[in-house]
Amino acid sequence: MAATTLVPPPVQDDTFLDSNELVLNMGPQHPSTHGVLRVILKLDGETVLGADCVIGYLHRGVEKIAENRTYQQFAPYVDRMDYVAAVSNGLGYCLAVEKLLDVEIPPRAQAVRVILTELNRLASHLLWLGTHALDIGAITPVFLCFREREEVLSIFEKYCGARLTTHAFRIGGLQYETYDTFEKDCLAVCDLMQEKVKEYHDLLTGNRIWVRRTTGVGILNAADCKDYGVTGPVLRAAGVPWDLRKAQPYSGYEKYDFEIPTAKNGDTFDRYIVRMQEMEQSCRIIRQAVESIPEGPIKGKVGKVIKPPPGEAYVSIEAPKGELGYFVVSDGSLNPYRLRVRPPSFVNLGALDKMCRGTLVADVVAIIGTIDIVLGEVDR
Amino acid sequence: MEQLLANPYVQPLILTAVIILVFPLVAGYIVLAERKVLADLQVRLGPMRVGPYGVLQPLADALKLMLKEDIIPSRADKWIFWLAPVLSTFTALSAFAVLPLSDRFYVADVNIGILFILAMSSIGALGLILGGWSANSKYSLMGSLRAAAQMVSYEVPLGFATVTAIMCAGTLSMQGVIQSQFERGVWGAFDNFGLMLIPTALFIIAGTAETNRAPFDLPEAESELVAGFHTEYSGFRWALFFLAEYAAIVVISSLCVTLFFGGWLRPFPNVAFLELPLSTVFPVALFALIALGCLKGVPRQAIFGFKLVMLALTGAFLLLAAMFALPVTNEIVIGLFWFVLKLAVMVYLFIWYRGTFPRFRYDQLMDVGWKWLIPISMGGLILNGVVQLLARS
Repeated sequence: MAATTLVPPPVQDDTFLDSNELVLNMGPQHPSTHGVLRVILKLDGETVLGADCVIGYLHRGVEKIAENRTYQQFAPYVDRMDYVAAVSNGLGYCLAVEKLLDVEIPPRAQAVRVILTELNRLASHLLWLGTHALDIGAITPVFLCFREREEVLSIFEKYCGARLTTHAFRIGGLQYETYDTFEKDCLAVCDLMQEKVKEYHDLLTGNRIWVRRTTGVGILNAADCKDYGVTGPVLRAAGVPWDLRKAQPYSGYEKYDFEIPTAKNGDTFDRYIVRMQEMEQSCRIIRQAVESIPEGPIKGKVGKVIKPPPGEAYVSIEAPKGELGYFVVSDGSLNPYRLRVRPPSFVNLGALDKMCRGTLVADVVAIIGTIDIVLGEVDR
Repeated sequence: MEQLLANPYVQPLILTAVIILVFPLVAGYIVLAERKVLADLQVRLGPMRVGPYGVLQPLADALKLMLKEDIIPSRADKWIFWLAPVLSTFTALSAFAVLPLSDRFYVADVNIGILFILAMSSIGALGLILGGWSANSKYSLMGSLRAAAQMVSYEVPLGFATVTAIMCAGTLSMQGVIQSQFERGVWGAFDNFGLMLIPTALFIIAGTAETNRAPFDLPEAESELVAGFHTEYSGFRWALFFLAEYAAIVVISSLCVTLFFGGWLRPFPNVAFLELPLSTVFPVALFALIALGCLKGVPRQAIFGFKLVMLALTGAFLLLAAMFALPVTNEIVIGLFWFVLKLAVMVYLFIWYRGTFPRFRYDQLMDVGWKWLIPISMGGLILNGVVQLLARS
């Protein structure tokens, strides 16, 4: 009986004893994995043969927490998932619960929601640009991006008192009326961004090293995107003009005139260009929303106690990183019976292995950066 | 005393001791300058806490590094792990022996000075390779592999550019190269009807790669390899690697200044009427202005000690200005002044690159090195040789 344990395990594959391959453990403590992502790389020299993501280092059980909180109590928790785009998370959750409640949101609240969400898209993309450039070795853009992001965050701070985990929206509309110079500040940010995006283009787009480091790296074509369920700028860079703000408008996005930036090749450079153009489009939406902001109430008819009728609702919005979906099941009590989040970062990260194969180690960090993940959202 | 000074070994020994003792401090201040310049490029202030405007930061850093725990990984090859930073620092500092800091400050003027520097910088690469290999860490190993490939590839264009300059000067002695530029009345970079600009540019690019500075900092690529070859190093050993890196920057910049930018010669060394404005008025005005700036900074400091430091700086710069104003002392230090000024411009260039460029990828680095720099540098050599032959015959 014990004799069998002495037999060495069967060799799994031909490369078992091949010393050419090196398994490199990247993370969870690594400067470029954007938090606590762990990637196990199989390398041949510097060439990547495969990448395996190990996630869960930041798992807090957000979906389970939802079952033990009332609908209002849970709202601040969603900010802690994609903390870079907390406003978008709040919007997605509020829309899902509002769909369950079947409540109408006043137009003023909708306009303010659009403005804040688009400002958040700017902040999120700015953070992405800075860290992505840092991963590729350009150390200056991150400071320039944080300088502009500061302007956006100061609007959040003036509006709701918080800069990062804003909890800006409430179920049914808004908690706070806008402050006095809100419109002026938003337009100032748009003007600033239009000028600064040019500066980023000068610094990076025209730089030959930058172009060489990003072109043809981490290609994900439209069919692959569909297979992996990848959404957001990664999908649009592959040439698919799919943007939920146009495809299934929510919160009054149908009223605004904007374009969906797309590119052809689906490589890192294309994703970079798409996000840069998205920042300009966001400014365009903010301008229109600020100029046409209606007067009126900021909260719909919801009671003090939120108790949706039994049923389920799924709402997805176009978060800066892709399709952010909230699926809420109500059993008629004060707490959600089940809440499920479809996080764009998590789904997009699934394509990492596909994008990494055959590239070099230096490209892996570029690809992690270009997917634009936030580990709070991946692990939830 | 006079007899002692007349001994040919005394002055070089004194200078060697001074270089070994002072250079760590100089390296510390280059780091401070780097942090300040980068901060300026990146809309920040940089170090501001230790001393007024952070001027005492290098001392605090050095103290911290010396007091840090000395860690050797248990799986490391201890002797080689110990040897690697020593080897890097030793070779980098050895190269200082032949640097012509001025017409009278140099340790030795050997007839193969340039070869000596190139040899030392090649051995310096061995320190990086050994350091990365002995640590027994995968990141370190990859960093040292990159270092090996990069150093070997970029030494070739660096060598070709150097050979072009040597051909132009007709000597391998560092002082001789400067002397020949004085005789020809033109800096090496603008010789041969401006064709020498090709090797000059190539030398600066290849020199950046040779010293592992951005955008060629692949051996330590912090966003990919954590810290590359010195991932497992900490404390004073790490500081030695850092010292070696900055020493290498100074050596390569000095070589560039010597070969292409006239070394310790003032600009337009043969134009006599520029002697007074360039050799006396310019340095005096420069240091007087800096002193004035320091003086104006005194009342802005809130802490009494910081005010004293600013006053001391004011005094030091006034002293320097006075030194250049007096003809007796001016004659001694003016060569050093021009050399250090040119060196500072080169170092600024290195820092500027770091603030501007993204990092190359490993294969692209090889691509640029072998497909572009080497053919161009060979072409530059041949072109300059032909032009020189025709022009000087």
